Amino acid sequence: MVDRVTATDKALDLIETLKEKHGPLMFHQSGGCCDGSAPMCYPKDEFKTGGNDVLLGEIGGSQVFIDRDQFNYWKHTQLIIDVVPGRGSGFSLEAPEGVRFLTRGRVFTDQESDELEAAGAI
Amino acid sequence: MLHEVIETLNSRVAIRSRYDNYIGGEWVAPADGQYFDNISPLTGKPVCQIARSTAADVEKALDAAHAAKDSWGKTAPAKRAELLNKVADRMQENLDILAQIETIDNGKPIRETRMADIPLAIDHFRYFAACIRTQEGSIGELDDNTVAYHYHEPLGVVGQIIPWNFPILMAAWKIAPALAAGNCIVLKPAEQTPMSIMVLMDLVGDILPPGVLNIINGFGVEAGKPLAQSSRISKIAFTGETTTGRLIMQYATENLIPVTLELGGKSPNIFFEDVMAKDDDFFQKSLEGFAMFALNQGEVCTCPSRALVQKSIYDRFMEQAIKRVERIRQGDPLDPKTMIGAQASNDQLEKILSYIDIGKEEGAELLTGGERASLDGELSEGYYVKPTVFAGNNKMRIFQEEIFGPVLSVTTFEDEEEALEIANDTLYGLGAGLWTRDVNTAYRMGRGIQAGRVWTNCYHLYPAHAAFGGYKKSGIGRENHKMMLDHYQQTKNILMSYSPKPMGFF
Repeated sequence: MVDRVTATDKALDLIETLKEKHGPLMFHQSGGCCDGSAPMCYPKDEFKTGGNDVLLGEIGGSQVFIDRDQFNYWKHTQLIIDVVPGRGSGFSLEAPEGVRFLTRGRVFTDQESDELEAAGAI
Repeated sequence: MLHEVIETLNSRVAIRSRYDNYIGGEWVAPADGQYFDNISPLTGKPVCQIARSTAADVEKALDAAHAAKDSWGKTAPAKRAELLNKVADRMQENLDILAQIETIDNGKPIRETRMADIPLAIDHFRYFAACIRTQEGSIGELDDNTVAYHYHEPLGVVGQIIPWNFPILMAAWKIAPALAAGNCIVLKPAEQTPMSIMVLMDLVGDILPPGVLNIINGFGVEAGKPLAQSSRISKIAFTGETTTGRLIMQYATENLIPVTLELGGKSPNIFFEDVMAKDDDFFQKSLEGFAMFALNQGEVCTCPSRALVQKSIYDRFMEQAIKRVERIRQGDPLDPKTMIGAQASNDQLEKILSYIDIGKEEGAELLTGGERASLDGELSEGYYVKPTVFAGNNKMRIFQEEIFGPVLSVTTFEDEEEALEIANDTLYGLGAGLWTRDVNTAYRMGRGIQAGRVWTNCYHLYPAHAAFGGYKKSGIGRENHKMMLDHYQQTKNILMSYSPKPMGFF
């Protein structure tokens, strides 16, 4: 079945670099202003997920979560975690490296949507 | 060009090539001796270096704030007001310097920093100077001999984390009420725009007693986090996005301290058919309201990024509205004629472009813009995006996510009921805009929209004394109004008996 979240090679490389410094990681997709609408990367378990968070999948062995209400508006798209040169990102771990994780999107094909629906994932 | 402007400013106030932290009334080098380059979005090139602080620097700033808090908290309100007014006066005298630095640091056009950001920030200090002088406690006469006295007391030392979209104005929104209420502050600016507030401290730092206002720069994870997590602050205020907002609340639970949060929105801007009933000033004003999504390059929490246009006027209205958008002049942010400048950072530029791609992929119709803008010469590597308008439906991601760029998504509605339904079909509730000649429609819609502010027949006005804050996932608290004092004060109740007689229990 198609993944809800994937990562580019550059993002996977950065995840490995960050793991060496900070240990196991997690992601939470942010919404809202400033550094929002972008993924936040934290040491695993730093951010307390709750009953209203959806686990989208894993990238580089790190879980990726999103708020359920936000998920409901995003679920017709695949999240593709990329990395670009940048500065600043809330408390996300990559900022001091001069880069920023970025969420790109791709609309699922009808067939992929059907698969996800059949699996109860939509 | 940019460096020539800085040289000119340098003759009036020392523009430093490297900014340390401002702690205890002095410039203090970061404990680790590390700095980072501050990039101007105008050119994509560094303009100065900024302290890269860590937990040790946060502690130093907290030491200074705690040393100052008793004295500042007991300083007479009239004196605190006087000092806030002096800050305002000094800013007024240096308005043009602050405006230029803000433009260089953030990328926004100089006409906005001159006419909006800095004047509003100045007024904010004056407003809270007035508020604190006129604030009163209360007395409740419970019976003939028992009185409840309510006093306002400062919280002590507070932490504040400031966003990059209006660096000085957002700092003023947080600093002015906190200082007025008698608190000392440790403030961290955004790492994208750390410079202008340090120039401000060079201008006004001497007015306040040492330790009352401390500024530390650095990255969120290295400097913001230890501040938010510190057991030595009595409150944390944050403007930013939802995930960091939740994390800040989580840290605040560790210390059981209050938070105020402003976390963004996806504001609807609703145009009823009667805006076109006459071809008059009001109709022109509504077209201006449509184009307001481009103010500050769309980097505003209340950016009216969803336009809802009544179906009966859609074609005629949009023809004129798109013309208005295409007249927005993009160029050198330091040119007073420029109406839209640069996005604040490279990652912001990339994010906006990725959303433009998502909009196209989702099948939204691109009406204008839709790409990066290429400027000439020194500005060729700056972060410029053409004002962009899509037509689509409210379920698309470009209608639901804060792009924080000059990207507008337009849809239609049949009637008032549908307008309200679409307006409220969002996770957020910070701002909304409403355009109609019918006061009854305006009233019903204004009350029906789930947002903290409904601009009615206007947009993007931010006067002090009009409460600003969010419903739903847009945050907690109301800034820009005297009620913000409550978020920076404790209530002390002294329950006093004037009866000499025993109570009779034992």
